[in-house]
Amino acid sequence: MNDTQHAGATAQFKIRIDEKTHIGADSTRLTAIRNLSLELKPESMTVLMGPSGCGKTTLLRTVAGLDDQYTGEIDMPPSARLGFMFQEPRLLPWRTVRQNIELVCAPGFSEQDLQTLAEAVGVDDMLQRYPQELSLGLARRAALARAFSTEPDLLLLDEPFVSLDERTADRLRSLLLDVWSARPTTAVMVTHNPREAILLADQLVLMAPRPTHVLAVETIDIPQGQRDAKMVEALHNDLAERFPENFAGL
Amino acid sequence: MSVSIAEPDPRRGAWYLRGPWIAILSVIGFLLVWFVAAHIAQSRLLPGPVEVIAYIYEEALHGDLLFQLGITLWRVVAAFVVAMVIGSVVGLIMGEMPAVNRVLDPWLIVLLNLPALVIIILAYVWFGLNEAAAIGAVALNKIPNVIVTLREGARSLDPGLDEMARAYRLSPWSKFRNVVLPQLQPYFATASRTGLSLIWKIVLVVELLGRPNGVGFELHLNFQLFNVTAILGYTLAFVAIMLAIEYLLVQPLERHSTRWRNRPV
Repeated sequence: MNDTQHAGATAQFKIRIDEKTHIGADSTRLTAIRNLSLELKPESMTVLMGPSGCGKTTLLRTVAGLDDQYTGEIDMPPSARLGFMFQEPRLLPWRTVRQNIELVCAPGFSEQDLQTLAEAVGVDDMLQRYPQELSLGLARRAALARAFSTEPDLLLLDEPFVSLDERTADRLRSLLLDVWSARPTTAVMVTHNPREAILLADQLVLMAPRPTHVLAVETIDIPQGQRDAKMVEALHNDLAERFPENFAGL
Repeated sequence: MSVSIAEPDPRRGAWYLRGPWIAILSVIGFLLVWFVAAHIAQSRLLPGPVEVIAYIYEEALHGDLLFQLGITLWRVVAAFVVAMVIGSVVGLIMGEMPAVNRVLDPWLIVLLNLPALVIIILAYVWFGLNEAAAIGAVALNKIPNVIVTLREGARSLDPGLDEMARAYRLSPWSKFRNVVLPQLQPYFATASRTGLSLIWKIVLVVELLGRPNGVGFELHLNFQLFNVTAILGYTLAFVAIMLAIEYLLVQPLERHSTRWRNRPV
């Protein structure tokens, strides 16, 4: 009876935004997105890369249904479950890590599932803690567990590893890959870190400055697990040569 | 020469810094000053603490002190509940909807500045000397304060957590209970704190002007009899009740609902 629940797992997600304009408090208009169209391959990781402030976050928010003031169409199953990892962890400070996860988790999510997930991201000792007791790295892990606990049809990640030191960010990236590979999910991640993008992406989408649209889509065929530092460097140099604008200074 | 003064941690300081000792000592000090002053004055108009406490004891056993306290307490509770419910709903709506806020804001300012006495007199004149008019008048005096506090609370809601709740498709009830209410908790606490103390003072005025019972009525009666012992006795007894509510009900409740706070990393 619940076949709609995972309709998104195999369904295509098609995003077409003709125009998205922010209207400021002083009624200044700022067009963030114009003529953008993007297709997400099922169970693949799409990484959006573009200059700061180009409208990547706006795009994610629009896809998540947090902002419906745009023209265009987002084609996704109405019952699609979302997982969203924000730039800040955005855990409820007055709920323990366990309560934060249980509040949003999928209907059939069992205690066993919760334990497995918590162990996978390394917060199994922290389930009874309140978010304020956690370091930023640990809070990010908890937020990652929460995003996966919804058993999402679409996983949205908004620069989930910014303002972490490089070692912690690296650990979290491989953690994300582990959890994601265990349960392949259609995912969209936003970043302005090119190496992170190359490391994680199946589809690397390069975005134009504001008003943003898709500049190019690069498909990276090598499985994420097999990409090493040398390979990432080579891909990076190749892309930097072809898209100097997007990789300038990075 | 530089002197560094370390702030002592009250939890680790000497025994007298821990627990309620200082508060108890301070109360004893007050009673002592009162006792000495009454002893020096030797007047019927300034009875000492011993006489007042004896009066309370006597009236509680043989008089109707407990009945009068109960009546007043019931009016305080009724007015408090009415004011908190109406004030919270209106305050939240005004905080969330700027259009409603613009319409109701002038009313709010008028109500905030209307003297309690005016509201009480008008309520009695228009609705008669009855219980509903009394409680309504008290509540109406408190409602604008609750509105202002809760409106501030609604405005300070974290938009990030709101987005989180919407992205994860929380039901409206779940969002209210898990995301909104905990953010409003400090505002509710402030509103009820200032509410209880304000309300009980106004309840006494309402009772004095138009009720045949309650602490306010007794104060009025004993004022006419110039019985200062009774006036102080009733006041002290009711203050004791309000203190008990503060320490045994409000503070433990607040500690419980803010237990997630102030835990270091």
